[in-house]
Amino acid sequence: MKKHLLLCILLVIGAISHNAVAQTGSELRFVLHAEPKTFNPLLVEDDASESIRYLTGGVLIRVNRLTQEITPELATRWKISNGGRTISFELRRDGRFSDGTPFSAEDVAYTMTQLMDPALHSPTGDAFRSGEGQVQVKTLGSDRVEITFPAPIAGLERLFDQVAIMSAHSAQKEMAVLGPYYVAENKAGSYLILKRNPYYWKQDGSGRQLPYVDSVRLDIVQNQDTEILRLLRGEIHFINSLNPEYFDKVTSENPGMAHDAGVSLDSEEIWFNQVARAPLPDYKKQWFRSTNFRRAISEAINRQDLARVAFRGYAHPAIGPVSPANKFWFNSHLQAHPFDQKSALHRLNEDGFNLKDGVLRDRDGHVVEFSVITNAGNKYRERMAAMIQQDLEGIGIKLNVVTLDFPSLIERITRNFNYEACLLGLLNDDLDPNSQMNLWLSSAENHQWNPAQKTPETAWEAQLDKLMRAQASTLNENKRKKYFDEVQQIVWEQEPFIYLVNRDALSAVSSVVQNVHPAVLRPQVYWNIDQLSLAQQVAEKH
Amino acid sequence: MKWLRTGAIVFLLLVAAASLSADFVAPAHYAYQFRSETDAPPSYRHPLGTDDLGRDRLSRVLFGTRVSLLLAPAAAWLSSLLALLVGGISGFLGGRLEKIVIAATDLFLSLPWLFLLLTVRAMLPLNVSPMVSVVITFALLGCLGWAGAARVICADARTMRQADFVLLARASGSSGLRLLWRHVLPNLRPIVLAQFWISIPVFILTEANLGMLGLGVTEPLPSWGSLLRELQSYPAISGQPWLFIPLLLFVIVVGSFHLVLRTEELPA
Amino acid sequence: MRRLRQHAVKLVLTLTVGGFLAATLVRLAPGFGVDEEQLDTRLNGQSIESLSHKTENDENLLFFYLHYGERVLHGDLGMSRTLQRPVAQLLSERLPETLKSVALGLALGWVSGISLAILSVIVRSYSLDALSSLICGVLLCIPAAVWALLFVLARAPERLVLALIVLPKIYSFSRNLLVRSAGQPHVLAAHAKGLTTIRVLTWHILPTAAPQLLALLGVSVSVAFAAAVPVEALCDLPGIGQLAWKAALGRDLYLLTTLSVLVTAITLLANSACELLGSTIRGSEA
Repeated sequence: MKKHLLLCILLVIGAISHNAVAQTGSELRFVLHAEPKTFNPLLVEDDASESIRYLTGGVLIRVNRLTQEITPELATRWKISNGGRTISFELRRDGRFSDGTPFSAEDVAYTMTQLMDPALHSPTGDAFRSGEGQVQVKTLGSDRVEITFPAPIAGLERLFDQVAIMSAHSAQKEMAVLGPYYVAENKAGSYLILKRNPYYWKQDGSGRQLPYVDSVRLDIVQNQDTEILRLLRGEIHFINSLNPEYFDKVTSENPGMAHDAGVSLDSEEIWFNQVARAPLPDYKKQWFRSTNFRRAISEAINRQDLARVAFRGYAHPAIGPVSPANKFWFNSHLQAHPFDQKSALHRLNEDGFNLKDGVLRDRDGHVVEFSVITNAGNKYRERMAAMIQQDLEGIGIKLNVVTLDFPSLIERITRNFNYEACLLGLLNDDLDPNSQMNLWLSSAENHQWNPAQKTPETAWEAQLDKLMRAQASTLNENKRKKYFDEVQQIVWEQEPFIYLVNRDALSAVSSVVQNVHPAVLRPQVYWNIDQLSLAQQVAEKH
Repeated sequence: MKWLRTGAIVFLLLVAAASLSADFVAPAHYAYQFRSETDAPPSYRHPLGTDDLGRDRLSRVLFGTRVSLLLAPAAAWLSSLLALLVGGISGFLGGRLEKIVIAATDLFLSLPWLFLLLTVRAMLPLNVSPMVSVVITFALLGCLGWAGAARVICADARTMRQADFVLLARASGSSGLRLLWRHVLPNLRPIVLAQFWISIPVFILTEANLGMLGLGVTEPLPSWGSLLRELQSYPAISGQPWLFIPLLLFVIVVGSFHLVLRTEELPA
Repeated sequence: MRRLRQHAVKLVLTLTVGGFLAATLVRLAPGFGVDEEQLDTRLNGQSIESLSHKTENDENLLFFYLHYGERVLHGDLGMSRTLQRPVAQLLSERLPETLKSVALGLALGWVSGISLAILSVIVRSYSLDALSSLICGVLLCIPAAVWALLFVLARAPERLVLALIVLPKIYSFSRNLLVRSAGQPHVLAAHAKGLTTIRVLTWHILPTAAPQLLALLGVSVSVAFAAAVPVEALCDLPGIGQLAWKAALGRDLYLLTTLSVLVTAITLLANSACELLGSTIRGSEA
């Protein structure tokens, strides 16, 4: 609490002093790695579209990326009632869309109705689906709206951070926005230009209308080498997310530009295929279903080396499903599994494995050899796979690394289950564990190691189901934390996912950009886009 | 310039010998990771430095040469042979066969064969050895890389139908297969050799690019393609000029192949 | 006229077969019909199922192709699954970019390649010949990604990368063809009669190699289009090459089929044009 207060004070001081020198005008430039697929905020699935949604969309509630606290935006106040099933909002009265259309409760109602349309299959909408039944939306005047869900939703307010309100009346449809910018120009495959929203509701401390910067230019650049060269040349102003090599490059050329916000929410992990109907030999299925086997593999992997070598030191050994960056939900009682090949062999011996002449065999004499698939073209995963290959060689296991293009990989892990182990990462945008329901529930499609179970096949998975449902059905944060801590404990013990590392949130920002406070939550650099400004060049003395 | 060709032959033999005796000559196993010495510059212990995982680069160059120097020319030979047979026979015989072959080669040039490569990879068992997987990749490249040269060879063979030496051979009683084998095919050598020479580096680079789709050489087996992939990054090349040494070796080997294969001397 | 009709029929037939084969290759490739979105943990079971059903209509190849053919006849090239936009719109935006790059690449590649080859033949210097071969060898060996990086570093127009990829192939084939032509008895006779080098080149060497060079020209068009895929993807040029790469990664059936048909059409047209020109030259010589 004290830390948050101090941070807030510092931010306020920074904002005040910044306001004294903040320069308006000019154009902020950065890069998108792909073309946005849609401008409809309800249908956003890809990163580029998500960026556009963040820059242009107005939301009722925003999660402050730095403090991880929720802040009011278009909603001035809200109240959760009816056992967590109903949320009532009081809205700003002065809001207008970028085309001048007034903002009202009708727009919120329209957006929520569209979002919850089952035919839309929106990822944002699915996050709100708590149970069977319709969502009721009631407008109680032009500035009040009440939304009732069929079942309670834990962490409900945070979900509204992803819901950009659309206009019910504007002729421009989804192009009329409430955020700081609107899409002014779109040259397909080349660039987008966003211009300041003349009706944006936010002002700074001195009453000046935000955003400070007039326009944002987003070039579509897939090649990261090009991106970094352009930053170093001053052609773009920042890189939101940087890889370790590029971070080192920026640090060596211009140390002031490089920012390491610390460990991120993202993790890299390996899991074994535990699907009963997988086309694998029975003895391998037996290996993968053994907790001892998985724990042994985990202990045989040197996570410190992975962080130091594969990620150039810009990563930390992972402990469990939640990164320490998730301050509230992380179970701080857990420690990273140690690198201990002796202990690993001991565990394997318990299961009847034995190491002879440098080769590990199971109790039936089968040589322990299996493959791990990962997505081709991801340098870091390829490195990790090669390092794990050497680590496992230390306990007599032969690991075959197979890199596949992403669609082929997805087909294997979701459709035909023709794989043995998989090395992938989890990109976490949401702090609340509710967003991981479809990962931990044994009946869920994304329960990667053994999806869509009719009934839980193991006692610990049944326990996970119970705990996840329990945390979703209560609004008491402390109770939820207790339940989810237990989930993390079970996952730590059973290791269905062998968590490897949590990467650092790396970014690079030109010194020309002011009021930048890189965070670990995405978007790391431009989360406060409306408060960023560009320092004017100081005129040379004559 | 016989001395140049001799020099090229000697160089290629030296490279082949070094790669074949890599087990004895290499400072370390190509897969061993010296994790405390990653991205190290050249030194006595690691003459070409180490890569991003601390693997000795000289060892990887030596072992990678085995893979690429054996497989790329084999694939190039296969594609050249296919081009010669398809283009040569159809061009010489002419008529409907030539028309069909021309249409087929045009089609062949335009199809997205990448998906065939993906399909073949998917059919292989996951635990297939890296060597088998790379042999199959190069074999497929050889089978797919003939169409462009076949077109040119076809045009060349068509011209030869009415050439004086062919008319003379026919008048002397030569016909059919003998005519083709003894008189036409040898005269197609310049194009076939050009195709062969171009195919070697193209296949090596294609294997490197296919690595982006999981179709190249799998870890930890090195190849020239995987070594050249190290150059595809600004941070890597801007601070480590020794990364260009495998590229230099590659250029010299390809150039040596060209000198060895070149039989068309400039007219006096 | 009859010949033109024959070529037109051949073109349509080849395009139809080509489109079907391309669709077959894409449909049978692993990963068809899956979506990266399926890994989004926010999606519930119904949404994931609906994602899987998105490509249900395209599962039956024959049905897809007949449906596609029908749509094409009505001017509708379908919807791109990966970019969520009409294929026709994507092509109209991006084809001009690729045509510019390919035209420039081919023009520069041919001018430099054939010039080097001609120089090698007329100057008759082993040093020059060796140097040209060395230059082309270096160009062949440098990966397209490295070229892209070097061009960005040098702030040079990335379109020129295509020329560097095409040049060594043009040089290598044309050099050997011209050297062989230059060794023909009638060329030697021409030299003996005192004709100038330029005259011998333009009247005796080049015409002999013309049919093969024209065939090479036709082939170089498809080589350039094939090279455009990695070059545009690496250099961020918004052309159909970049589109093809994204479509391949996303198994975008409509887009890939259309692109394959388009490239087949361009290849056929280029090769047919060169063939017609070649037979015209042969006809005028006879």
